[in-house]
Amino acid sequence: MQVSFDTHPDRYQHWRLSFDGEVATLSMDVQLRGGLRDDYELKLNSYDLGVDIELADAIQRIRFEHPEVKCVVVNSAVDRVFCAGANIPMLGSSTHAFKVNFCKFTNETRLYIEDASRQSGIKFLAALNGTCAGGGYELAMACDDIVLIDDGSSAVSLPEVPLLAVLPGTGGLTRLVDKRGVRRDRADVFCTVSEGIRGKRAVKWKLVDAIAPRSRFDDVVAERAKTLASQGRDKGAGVTLPSVAPTVDGDTLKYKYVEVKIDSAARSATLTLSAPDDAPPADAAALHAQGAESWVLRCFRELDDAILQLRVNHLEVGLWIVETRGDRDRLRAHDDALRALAGDWFADEVIALQARVLRRLDVTSRSIFAIIDEGSCFVGSFFEIALAADRSFMLEDDDDNVAVALSSANRGTAPMGNGLTRLATRFFGDEASLKKVLAESGPIGTTDADDLGLITLAADDIDWEDDVRIAIEERASMSPDALTGMEASLRFPGPETLESKIFARLSAWQNWIFQRPNAVGPKGALTKYGEPDRAEFDFTRC
Amino acid sequence: MSLTDSIPNNVDLSSDRKLLRALEKWQPNFISWWRDMGPVGFQEDQIWLRTAVSVESSGWAHYDYVKMPDYRWGIFLTPNDGNAKIGFGDEKGRDSWDEVPGEMRASLRRIIVTQADTEPASVEQQRLLGRTAPSLYDLRNLFQVNVEEGRHLWAMVHLLHQYFGRDGREEAESLLERRSGDVDKPRILSTFNETTDEWLSFFMFTMFTDRDGKYQLSALSESGFDPLARCTQFMLTEEAFHLSVGEQGVGRVVRQAAKRTAQDSNGDARAHGAIDLQTIQKYINFWFSSAVELFGGEISTNAADYFAMGLKGRHHEQKKYDEHRGLNQIYTMPILDGGRLSSKEVPLRNAMNEVLRDEYVADCERACRRWNKVIAEEGVDFELKIPSRRFNRSMGMYAESAFDLNGDVITREEFEAKRDSWLPTAEDRAYVRSLMTPSYGPGEFASWIAPPRKGIKGKAIDFEYCKAGSPESPLWSEAAE
Repeated sequence: MQVSFDTHPDRYQHWRLSFDGEVATLSMDVQLRGGLRDDYELKLNSYDLGVDIELADAIQRIRFEHPEVKCVVVNSAVDRVFCAGANIPMLGSSTHAFKVNFCKFTNETRLYIEDASRQSGIKFLAALNGTCAGGGYELAMACDDIVLIDDGSSAVSLPEVPLLAVLPGTGGLTRLVDKRGVRRDRADVFCTVSEGIRGKRAVKWKLVDAIAPRSRFDDVVAERAKTLASQGRDKGAGVTLPSVAPTVDGDTLKYKYVEVKIDSAARSATLTLSAPDDAPPADAAALHAQGAESWVLRCFRELDDAILQLRVNHLEVGLWIVETRGDRDRLRAHDDALRALAGDWFADEVIALQARVLRRLDVTSRSIFAIIDEGSCFVGSFFEIALAADRSFMLEDDDDNVAVALSSANRGTAPMGNGLTRLATRFFGDEASLKKVLAESGPIGTTDADDLGLITLAADDIDWEDDVRIAIEERASMSPDALTGMEASLRFPGPETLESKIFARLSAWQNWIFQRPNAVGPKGALTKYGEPDRAEFDFTRC
Repeated sequence: MSLTDSIPNNVDLSSDRKLLRALEKWQPNFISWWRDMGPVGFQEDQIWLRTAVSVESSGWAHYDYVKMPDYRWGIFLTPNDGNAKIGFGDEKGRDSWDEVPGEMRASLRRIIVTQADTEPASVEQQRLLGRTAPSLYDLRNLFQVNVEEGRHLWAMVHLLHQYFGRDGREEAESLLERRSGDVDKPRILSTFNETTDEWLSFFMFTMFTDRDGKYQLSALSESGFDPLARCTQFMLTEEAFHLSVGEQGVGRVVRQAAKRTAQDSNGDARAHGAIDLQTIQKYINFWFSSAVELFGGEISTNAADYFAMGLKGRHHEQKKYDEHRGLNQIYTMPILDGGRLSSKEVPLRNAMNEVLRDEYVADCERACRRWNKVIAEEGVDFELKIPSRRFNRSMGMYAESAFDLNGDVITREEFEAKRDSWLPTAEDRAYVRSLMTPSYGPGEFASWIAPPRKGIKGKAIDFEYCKAGSPESPLWSEAAE
């Protein structure tokens, strides 16, 4: 099954997106038989990856195409059901890799909601008109404000532990205690009562922000949406996002600025990114005129799509080799011109999008090598990719034709999930080295880059081919599980944030539990869900 | 009178601190709920009612005049010898549970709360019916059903109080806070939020909707949770009366319809103030299709879990079946596949809702055969029919398509074109409502319903089953005449 991430509101199956001035409404209306596969039914507004792809698309489009929106109401078109969470039969019949990819993507989508709230000032309100369980409540928790209908039976719940022997895998546990400030013992109770908590107690425990009786529900939601919208700022005319879907030519995905060549036998893919061809837009008006075709936006949307396709559709391609091509000065001019326009809503959105795509790369469970060779263009925005990579290889040449360089894009506009820049993360605990690097303003040749600690390995033209080839082949031969765990552990030194915790716990705990017999063994709870016989647990603690 | 004296019981209430504490708070709330939401207008009247005062055969059907708010709602469990075994599922053969097993708390709570919520709901739905009773006999039967639904609420609340701690007490309170049809605090199941504002619907409700209750209780009476089994066993003895009110009530309306049809030269029962058989058929179609929804999904994870856990068995699990694990067996059911019906084999445990629905459908068809006998006796050529369980569904897998009365797939457009000939129209309902004028004189019956064959517990049909208790009573003027 090949999954496409390219969609449009005209083609949504599961969401209805509507606009009323400053308030947009995103209504969940999951089609029973609209799943990506046909071996499960999406009952009770439960979701699969396809549903979430539409959600992610909607959030992105609201940010770019509808800057007038200051509040998004997330509700349900189904009577008395908000959302029952991730579809269990889908999870039960999915491979481990698919489950992990599914959870990663849905987590990124929830974080994008929070990113839109923080970066774009678009506040999200979850209007829970009925049952809100598991992933449904996790979606609500990603919003700024939660209103629950108070009808004597509708509850919020995280029933994963008691019912399915897995975890709320979309940041639910972390957001309960870190974001919403639910007391940890109450959170413990909440996460183990499958029926959930409703009414006044849900407010008292901070699980929701407000409750409203059915007759007042729509009014309360509208009032709160209005209040939330009043916090937003006025922007300007929107920018339409056309499809960036690649043309597929055998093993090659061709975008305008990105090309992906897949070598299945070597279990590797080479991503080649191209710098802009033209001078940067002179001012905000020029940037707006270019719209979605402006280089940074187009290039990073393409990279985003490429990352997702490789993640989901090419599971055995474990090593991504990143190359860049183009004019270093022009790339830096683009980076600096964009950041000079900071404060313009569209420029800010483009910068925020670039940061999101880079963060998606950070949490990708693939080995990433950057190849900095003749003709490469690892400057600014592209240099962030080299910094995101697990290793970088740089060719030594006598004429200093090979060089990397910083731009304003490396100086704080694209923080990682741990809250630090990639440079600060790289030199974590070594302020002096970081300061020295930040003082650099021009091209940095191979020897200097090596001395400054910006690359992993410098090799001259005699060693280059063998060093790089052997490193690639060696990497591709190692256990993908051990590599995933190692990379995820090494990529994020320094402090924790909500985001870094969510991904860390997802990879460490949920993905572990997803492998354990108590969940997925022949008698595990996920395996037995919906089956005539019940789960049986091995009660050994480990 | 102290709390323990006023509540007939066989659960040793007087020495049970936990239960006493819970009931001290809940009982006054129940009484005020009854006054607010129980029958409108007859609370001070003397109604000749049956009260269960003990579980012995001499005690569970004690008849006397009583004012409804003074009715002695009691708590009874069918006695057992203390050696009950779990009769089915994974734990079959082990000792029954006397306490709620922790791992089954959530499931049991859900089962009990859902069942319990229907009891006060139906009292609320029927609260206005007394004003249009077709006879004192029927008025009394209505109130008998109402007070016993109240007692069934007590029975379920007892389980919540006794076995579910603080959470159980809160759920018991919520049962008195939800209101049928209330937009803000609706009852849990949607059928129980529709009003029953005329007597044909009341008879249909007791015939079809209460009959679902019978099968649910029957399945729970097999439960491995012993207090639930014993509690529902005793409820079933009372439920039988409710079902007979429905079945015989519909039967009497059918008899009157057939009689008037035969009498009229054009076969027009409405010309004589009766309800025509075609309209009765439409009501059957509506109420049956609404009641079959209550059995839950055709293929159900919950049903499989409840059976596996030993919480909810089949109807007559012990009497009727030899094999009680239900594993490695299949149930074949028609499913929708690309717009057509085809057979699908489903693991038996997952089809337990359907197994129970089969029993129910057969029972409804049996009642229908009796009604048809009545029609034949009156010399009218007409047959009533129970529609297919797939007809007019809004839940479950058959809700995805439209079906005709025989259960054959049709388009939504075809269904809409036939709607008015299959289901009661606004005009039909208005006609039925127009007939609803009270007949409060002893032995008097409204034009649209035949008298019963005999009275209650040896009393004559014209016995004064309800007597005015005050000048404010709707019964007062009749009494004065």
